Amino acid sequence: MRHIISILIENEAGALSRVAGLFSARGYNIESLTVAPTEDPSLSRMTILTSGSDDVLEQITKQLNKLVDVVKVVDLSEAAHVERELMLIKVRATGKDREEMKRMADIFRGRIIDVTESTYVIELTGASTKLDSFIAGLDAGLILETVRTGVCGIGRGDRILKV
Amino acid sequence: MISGAEIVIRCLQEEKVDCVFGYPGGSVLHIYDALFKQDDVKHVLVRHEQAAVHAADAYSRSSQRVGVALVTSGPGVTNTVTGIATAYMDSIPMVVLCGQVPTQYIGQDAFQECDTVGITRPCVKHNFLVKDVKDLAITIKKAFHIAATGRPGPVVVDIPKDVTAQMCEFDYPKTIQMRSYNPVVKGHLGQIKKAVQMLQEAKRPIIYTGGGVILSDAADKLTQLAKKLDFPVTNTLMGLGGYPATDRQFVGMLGMHGTFEANNAMHYADVILAVGARFDDRVIGNPEHFSSEKRRVIHIDIDPSSISKRVKVDVPIVGNVADVLDEMLKLLDGGCKTDPEVADWWKQIDEWRGRKSLAYRQSNHIMPQYVVEKLYEVTGGDAFITSDVGQHQMFAAQYYKFDKPRRWINSGGLGTMGVGLPYGMGVLMANPDAQVACVTGEGSIQMCIQEMSTCKQYGLPVKIINLNNGMLGMVRQWQEMFYSKRYSQSYVTSLPDFVKLAEAYGHVGMRIEKPEDVEPALRKAFTEHKDDLVFMDFIIDPGANVFPMVAAGKGLTEMILAEEL
Ligand SMILES: Cc1cc2nc3c(=O)[nH]c(=O)nc-3n(C[C@H](O)[C@H](O)[C@H](O)COP(=O)(O)OP(=O)(O)OC[C@H]3O[C@@H](n4cnc5c(N)ncnc54)[C@H](O)[C@@H]3O)c2cc1C
Ligand SMILES: Cc1ncc(C[n+]2csc(CCOP(=O)(O)OP(=O)(O)O)c2C)c(N)n1
Ligand SMILES: [Mg+2]
Repeated sequence: MRHIISILIENEAGALSRVAGLFSARGYNIESLTVAPTEDPSLSRMTILTSGSDDVLEQITKQLNKLVDVVKVVDLSEAAHVERELMLIKVRATGKDREEMKRMADIFRGRIIDVTESTYVIELTGASTKLDSFIAGLDAGLILETVRTGVCGIGRGDRILKV
Repeated sequence: MISGAEIVIRCLQEEKVDCVFGYPGGSVLHIYDALFKQDDVKHVLVRHEQAAVHAADAYSRSSQRVGVALVTSGPGVTNTVTGIATAYMDSIPMVVLCGQVPTQYIGQDAFQECDTVGITRPCVKHNFLVKDVKDLAITIKKAFHIAATGRPGPVVVDIPKDVTAQMCEFDYPKTIQMRSYNPVVKGHLGQIKKAVQMLQEAKRPIIYTGGGVILSDAADKLTQLAKKLDFPVTNTLMGLGGYPATDRQFVGMLGMHGTFEANNAMHYADVILAVGARFDDRVIGNPEHFSSEKRRVIHIDIDPSSISKRVKVDVPIVGNVADVLDEMLKLLDGGCKTDPEVADWWKQIDEWRGRKSLAYRQSNHIMPQYVVEKLYEVTGGDAFITSDVGQHQMFAAQYYKFDKPRRWINSGGLGTMGVGLPYGMGVLMANPDAQVACVTGEGSIQMCIQEMSTCKQYGLPVKIINLNNGMLGMVRQWQEMFYSKRYSQSYVTSLPDFVKLAEAYGHVGMRIEKPEDVEPALRKAFTEHKDDLVFMDFIIDPGANVFPMVAAGKGLTEMILAEEL
């Protein structure tokens, strides 16, 4: 099962390596990991996309909670939440492909944020599956480069992760 | 204003640390200089940093205090890693202070630089790099706090040399609050009530206890509870001494080399009360086989991640053993009505006991079990026994009957050969007048044998009980049983003359080859040579094996029992 784990962690040097080290040492999956400081700069918020059985997930949250720098952990996917991922994709945009690329970006509500004679950089935000479909919808030969942030997510409504 | 180095020493004084184990070097010279100028904190100069950490670890294990080691950067730190990992696996509180190259050189492959925080991260409870002298005192305070609370463990503090030179006001916080670290102490009362109810309804109960009882200093409470309920008690290797081994209700150690009665009682119990024990793979054997029997499990542990990790638990109770047992005892004060069928269970257990699974074959050679039995008699069962890793360790665990906690000092989780002698040093520094014996093998003892020199310098009269089979016996046993006797690299040749070696270090050496000499030699060592380190080289039957044994992949009840009886 796919799970999104949100972590509030002290914004200290080495905090990221403690989390990453825990996952590799115990053989847990990391499909994606994003991290940045929160509105309170002493705290970072990390989102990890992982997968595993219920038992594994239980261990993951317990082991994360055990890290001395970790303040809070929730499994976002346990309840209503929204998730987003950002992708920047550089594509070849010449000849008839130029128009086609623009059209694709529009359909997926992407934005073209860099333009040269032969390339576009398209910014696309959404659920990871949407980004996947966008990629799948393009002629693979036209994709020059992609970069994705990995998933970040937040609980809906009153579900709040705060100290 | 005082220097960072002086701050380090002041912090140790504030923490009432009376002794640190260490080894100097460039990056800690300021600290050693500060150490020189005071008398409160003694320093034991080991001969290898690994031993400093093992000794600090045993100082903790044998007392209720936090052991401290002090080492220099680079090789000093890398030499400590085995010791830190050993303490980590057994949840031993410890603080390791490491020198580091000056902050401005970090990351430049400076002389004797290593990424201490990175190297130790997977085997510490937590670690710190102090980059500013203003953070030094509070960091050391945090280190002691984290090491000793919750599930204990080693904490490393990495201190660059320039930080030890900088000047700062000294202000040691009395208490510490950390928003990210708040271990649970009290158990959930609802869960505790449920557990007590379940215990009273149990027909085939077992109390299975581990290192958590020792770490929580809860042996007395555990004993009270077991007495009230009249339930059988088994201990893990790490839990020995948590319940008096000479008591009728004690069924022995369980697990790979547990007794017939303990393993059967554990397997066929309908209610298991697990107290500070983590269902290790050396304890439950094959997990599928273990879960084939229907039962209910109550698990008290301070670390939620120990609960339902390997065995599904019905009543989890997260909390400190001592606090939770207190609550249980209070609830039982209202009247304890054990199920009448428990009497039948006891009959069954006594039948299993009748199997006498610790009886061992006799021989013209000295049997290792016999040495431990005699050691028990000669020391009145009241010694601190440290051990290394191998057959001798299991013999010590099986045949020395520990009635008190913190008397059995060994490496269970990591299984580190070489700990025995430095463990003896740590025990003696924490308990200066105690009788201390190190039950070891000719393989293990050579892994830290240089510490005989430290023992000479500080007058540490460890009695080294070398169960010399000329073999890496535990390895040989597996090869005999599972590799058709292909003894690949398990025979140790070119052993030193241990008697002469002991004498060369300025100690007393004895070589004991006949069974009838075992007891007199031990008596001599513990009376005439009470104040000497005595290296007792017992030449034992090289074929002796440890039984019972649950082979890898086998179920807990599928024990191999002693061959010819
Ligand atoms: C050669 C060899 C053979 C071995 N054979 C056996 C064997 O036959 N039988 C055996 O039992 N072991 C054996 N071991 C040891 C085994 O590897 C484990 O180290 C041991 O079983 C673990 O013991 P434990 O479950 O008591 O856990 P420990 O490692 O002692 O862990 C303690 C548990 O208590 C918890 N705890 C700590 N403090 C508290 C507190 N204050 N309150 C509540 N909970 C707390 C911790 O979170 C942890 O879960 C062997 C080791 C070696 C090297
Ligand atoms: C540092 C280390 N290396 C290897 C091992 C694997 N090992 C476990 S027991 C053992 C043999 C120990 O021999 P000895 O100390 O003579 O004890 P004996 O089994 O003969 O009593 C070995 C090599 C270990 N536990 N620790
Ligand atoms: Mg040997």
